[in-house]
This record gives sequence, C-alpha cells and structure tokens, in this order.
Amino acid sequence: MPVLARWIEAAGLPTVTVTMMPAVAEERRAPRVVGVEFPFGHAFGMPHDRAMQRRVLELALRVLAGAAAFGTRVDVDLQWPVTLREAYRAWQPKVPSPIVRKFLESRQAST
Amino acid sequence: MIVDSYRFLPRSFRPLYEGTGPFPGEEGPVWAPFAKRLAESRIALLSSAGVYLRSSQPPYDLDREQANPDWGDPTWRAIPATARPSDLAFAHLHINDEDLLADPEIALPTHLLSDLAAEGVIGGSVGGHVSVMGYQDRDLPEWQRTTAPEISAYLREEGADGVVLAPA
Repeated sequence: MPVLARWIEAAGLPTVTVTMMPAVAEERRAPRVVGVEFPFGHAFGMPHDRAMQRRVLELALRVLAGAAAFGTRVDVDLQWPVTLREAYRAWQPKVPSPIVRKFLESRQAST
Repeated sequence: MIVDSYRFLPRSFRPLYEGTGPFPGEEGPVWAPFAKRLAESRIALLSSAGVYLRSSQPPYDLDREQANPDWGDPTWRAIPATARPSDLAFAHLHINDEDLLADPEIALPTHLLSDLAAEGVIGGSVGGHVSVMGYQDRDLPEWQRTTAPEISAYLREEGADGVVLAPA
C-alpha cells in the first residue's frame, strides 16, 4: 500500500497513508503517513464508534493538506479500547491465510 | 504518542517487515504538493480491504490465491460513495471480516467523508472511491504497470484533489 501511494503521488495526486504499521510505511518511503495503534482491518477505529473514526479521518485530512515535506508522519493519540490479548485474537482470520500457512510450514520444515 | 507498529503482529512475522527498507527503485522522495484549501478540495478514499459490490461486481480471485499463496489479485473496484453498508462485501484472507461487515466505515469511511463534505470541512467527496486487495508486495511489476496507472486515471476523472489510502 505505501508503494501504491508513491505511484499515485508520482501521477500527480497527493496521498496520505493511514496505517497500523507507520514504521513500515516510512521504510517504504510513503509521502505522508498517519499511524494508528489499532488491530489490522481497523484503520479508522472501532465499528460504530463514529467519534473515533472521525478523529482518525480528520487527522489524515490535515496531514494530507498540511504536511510541509515528504516523509511527514503523525500518529493518532488513541488507545485501542480492548485488551491486547482479546484484540490480537479478534483480528486474525479463523483459518490462516495462504501465505501465512506457507510461512508456518517452511518454518516447521527448517526446525 | 508514538505508535508501536508491531503491537498486533505475531512476533514471528516482525522480521518480514522491520528493517526491510524501500523496494528497489523506490528509494527517493516523491511529492505532489496539495495546492488547494481543504474546504475547496475533493477527496477520494482507497482501501485494501478487498471491498466489492456484492450484487454487481465480481469478487476478487481468492481461489487462485489459495492455490498460489505468493499471488494476489491485482484488480481494483470502484465503490460508489452512495453504496450502503449492506451493498458491500469483503474478500480478504488475511483478516477476520466480522467487524468490516458490521461497519464498513472502519476501512472505507465513505459516509463519514460525505458528512465532512456537508459540514464544509472538505469541498466534496468523489463519486466513486477505490478498493484493492491487500497483502501483496510480491508481484509489484504488474501493479506498477497496470493497476496503479488505472487507479490514478480513474481518480483523476473523478476530480480527486487528494487520496486517503488505508491498508487493511
């Protein structure tokens, strides 16, 4: 996704990337980054929590319009309102994804 | 607060991301200045949650991804800003989609964006947002050659002045 942001930006459209992994988006050289400490699948927050979603989207719009230079990163100061243990379990698919399955099998084979 | 980028990632996956740096040829800065005032700008959303219209668009090709884990469907879908939550489906093998189905705004906040347009925070929303399927860093040439130019051209036709991208 950060690299897709780069290509859209290179085509002349300003972008901001809202992401759970802002350090990775920085490494991949996304032009503008907004970090959220939320579980995967929840870039804008909790389901039905309109106030939380609005805080994220408004910050993203401010960074999009107001960042002065390439590489600007601003993180959202919001804590996920569910325990880590519960949230960690909740975001993951019931069946491991194909690439994760392959990764786990290759790790097993090498041990 | 500085976000911990690996808080929700299984520990064994962290080395796949941390310290891996930019992709080859993607090291330098790229920058399109945001020229207008936000209140006069039309904004587009782009989600990688694999969103598609349940009744009128084909789903993404999950069967091929199951058969070939290194492959991911590089196609994209235009999602009308007026689509109702019940119109949307999600094709994503990497996350639990229960919360997405309960409230698609957590990945593609089209209605919230329209509210901000009505309040004058932004000038407007594009008529059609965009979705792709995420977790595919592995066949970038196809994305760079086809998907990214198609999306850029579409968003330009929609009159977008800026794009908010959100990985799922």
